[in-house]
Amino acid sequence: MTEPIPLPKSRVLEIMNQAFRDGVPHNKALGLEIVDVGPGEGFAAIRLPYAEQLVGDTETGILHGGAITALIDATCGAAVFMKLAKPVAIATLDLRIDYLKPATPGRAVMARAETVKVTRNVGFVRALAYHDDAADPIASAAGTFMIGTKGRSVAQRSKRAPDDGSGT
Amino acid sequence: MTVSHSELVARVEQARKDDDWSPVTDAIPYARFLGLHAEARDGELLMRLAFSPGLVGNPSIPALHGGTLGALLESAAIFQLLAEMETVVLPKTITVTVDYMRSGRAVDTWASATIAKHGRRVASVHAIAWQDDRTKPIASATAHFLVLGRDDEK
Repeated sequence: MTEPIPLPKSRVLEIMNQAFRDGVPHNKALGLEIVDVGPGEGFAAIRLPYAEQLVGDTETGILHGGAITALIDATCGAAVFMKLAKPVAIATLDLRIDYLKPATPGRAVMARAETVKVTRNVGFVRALAYHDDAADPIASAAGTFMIGTKGRSVAQRSKRAPDDGSGT
Repeated sequence: MTVSHSELVARVEQARKDDDWSPVTDAIPYARFLGLHAEARDGELLMRLAFSPGLVGNPSIPALHGGTLGALLESAAIFQLLAEMETVVLPKTITVTVDYMRSGRAVDTWASATIAKHGRRVASVHAIAWQDDRTKPIASATAHFLVLGRDDEK
């Protein structure tokens, strides 16, 4: 193993956001932005900007739970991806989300996910969604992800990689 | 466009009579954004997620984003409650657990929900999503909702 050449964090985030948004249409549609990652550490933080089109209840202006679900799913997936030795496609196996309190209308929602354990086949993740204080969460989540699924990952898509044979 | 809770409840009551749920989904910006439609079919209420390129999570398969299926299942559960509960209150999601079984292809996805238990405060609902073949679900969910009327919350 050779040590990877360290890149400045801002450059890492820029590259990742490009693949994350341009490679995943729904992430782009939601306006998701990766704000922090821990390569090798298995964590990711992603921001969902407030948008009128994502509102579930027009009387209160509160975001629909589905948008929070998508944010958490994407963040958990990114955290697992950060823990992988080489980029392979991953897929959500299950995801449980507890809605602790409504998001405040007009404010962006952050999600931060950390892997608990990543094996050859499965990644186990926990996540919190909040505005700016993780101690005052909007939602908490636990998910599992299959590692090495059909289809190429975002990172593999830029250069055609051979099948690593670790399909589901 | 703002739709008040009392107007939303009125639309739900009308939809139950007419079997036309579009005035309800039209009142939810996120439902329009995602392409969620509630449709009465053969005596049951189905939720349809109309495919659009913006729903894709993995373009190389292509597969739907997991979040879109979670939203479809949660919405199917909420609409089933709206269709069946005695007095219409707007359910608040407590928890949703989604199991993903197959990748969602680039076609329309359907979901149906059944109420497992409707208690005084909490309702438990199971939902299932499929594409061409209802016997081959692509995802399922169990969700719990607070179903308190406004008077109960005070």
